[in-house]
Amino acid sequence: MGLEAVPVVELPFESNYITSIVRVSLYVSLTAVALSTLFSLPVAMFVGFKRFPGKELVTAVINTGMGFPSVVVGLVVLFAVSNQGPLGSLDLVFTPKAMIMSQFVLATPVITGVSIAAVTGVEENVRDAAYAMGGTRLDVALVVIKEAKFGIATAVLAGFGRAISEVGSVLIVGGNIAYADGTAYTRNLTTAIQLEARQGRFETAMFLGAILVAIVLAVNWLVGRLGGGGRR
Amino acid sequence: MTIQRRELLAMMGGGAAAGLAGCTGLLSSVGGNGDGSDNGSGGSIAGEELVLTTTTSTYDTGLLDEVNAAFEERFGTPVQAISQGTGEALETARNGDSDVVMVHARSQEDEFMQEGYGINRRDLMFNDFVIVGPEEDPAGIEDSADALAAFRAIAERESLFVSRGDNSGTHTAERRIWEAAGVEPGGEWYLETGQGMGDTLNQASQQGAYTLADRGTFISQREEIELVILVQGPVEGGPKILANPYGVLAVNPAVHENVNYQLAMSYIGFLTSPDGQQVIENYELDGEQLFFPQALSKDPNFGQYVPEGWQSDDGQANGTNGA
Repeated sequence: MGLEAVPVVELPFESNYITSIVRVSLYVSLTAVALSTLFSLPVAMFVGFKRFPGKELVTAVINTGMGFPSVVVGLVVLFAVSNQGPLGSLDLVFTPKAMIMSQFVLATPVITGVSIAAVTGVEENVRDAAYAMGGTRLDVALVVIKEAKFGIATAVLAGFGRAISEVGSVLIVGGNIAYADGTAYTRNLTTAIQLEARQGRFETAMFLGAILVAIVLAVNWLVGRLGGGGRR
Repeated sequence: MTIQRRELLAMMGGGAAAGLAGCTGLLSSVGGNGDGSDNGSGGSIAGEELVLTTTTSTYDTGLLDEVNAAFEERFGTPVQAISQGTGEALETARNGDSDVVMVHARSQEDEFMQEGYGINRRDLMFNDFVIVGPEEDPAGIEDSADALAAFRAIAERESLFVSRGDNSGTHTAERRIWEAAGVEPGGEWYLETGQGMGDTLNQASQQGAYTLADRGTFISQREEIELVILVQGPVEGGPKILANPYGVLAVNPAVHENVNYQLAMSYIGFLTSPDGQQVIENYELDGEQLFFPQALSKDPNFGQYVPEGWQSDDGQANGTNGA
């Protein structure tokens, strides 16, 4: 990464390698976060507005999950998807699907936890008004989500940040596979950085690191803009 | 997306090529009829997957990319290589999560076969281990022809020594040398990284420590680290204890029904064929040959198929043993 004004910079890697790694990273993390959001929002609504026995326990589990070590998640998912495990017949081990599973497990507590705070912050009278207008439960839920959209966007972002930047679990369940022609299969940005650093190719590792940071920044900026534009 | 890639491969069709274990016939991966399913048991191997668990040394030197590209060209099947180190690679295979293993610790391979998880082991290639350290060489082991004496000197001087400590092939070899030298390593000077060869070399370089490395990984990282070879292995006429032979084994389909045994045998067959051996022989880094093929020999070398010192049980009906 020379800073000279030389137009031709010898990159120590192939661009196909880099683009396919980025693609795997985005595919796995975006899928995991999308699924996680679909799962987390109803849970957050339920935990946020319902009183039920064991609510404290559920809240404690969610809070613990927010800081759960990703390596342990990887280990548990590996046991689940390994051929010896309960999901062994599905042949998921060392595939992007297994990576999505482990990132789903990592992102869900974060998205749920932050979403609970967001939806419970929606004022009582907004919900009352929605009910008063004859809204069904779903309508009310949608109103609440609309009111709490910034909080929820923050939650999704936090989950995405957790998913795309973790290395421990995807390394274990994905196996860091790239094909001989340099096309990544289960190699994402974090595991690629780990591998390049192991091989002493620090330029490539730094380059990949910069891409990772840029992605996280871009997503943050995008959501900030969308949020800002949606404000009336 | 990878899934499209797989569909594309399936569409291209790979010709019915499985079931030719060990016979690297005149197969081409292009053309073919695309369905190949008319012989019942999944005739076409396109779209099938071969998972290989291997050591960090074959991966980090770049050899694997070369070999796997040649295999893919021949069989139309990409190899999913996972580099873990010998111990972990065999453990993954024990769980039935890989189809074929390429490792370098005969004692561990033997155990793997004894337990019934691995079959059809073949000698594949060899390179050697070298003892590397800082140029100042505080323990004064340079150019020693005796690896044991060198290890003893390092232990006596308590010079920093970085060990893989990860149950890999290199770690197994290192422990064997300590044992032969009659030294129980331990103390402030003996550090275990628990990581791959590359990481361990980086750490040894940072700390000015000695370590045992396979020659291939050392050469591939020579530029980035400040370590020199102090004791040569047998490739350069050093002591035999530093030899580093690699074996390749298939996971036993009788134990794990799900493994892709036919493809694993195709892979072993290709690697041990004249073509595959040629790829290994021709692979150079910095103008140096890293691995020396070992599979082709007029002598059948029966010992490669079974654990060392193996005796068939008496009373076992072994049809060919009518001596």
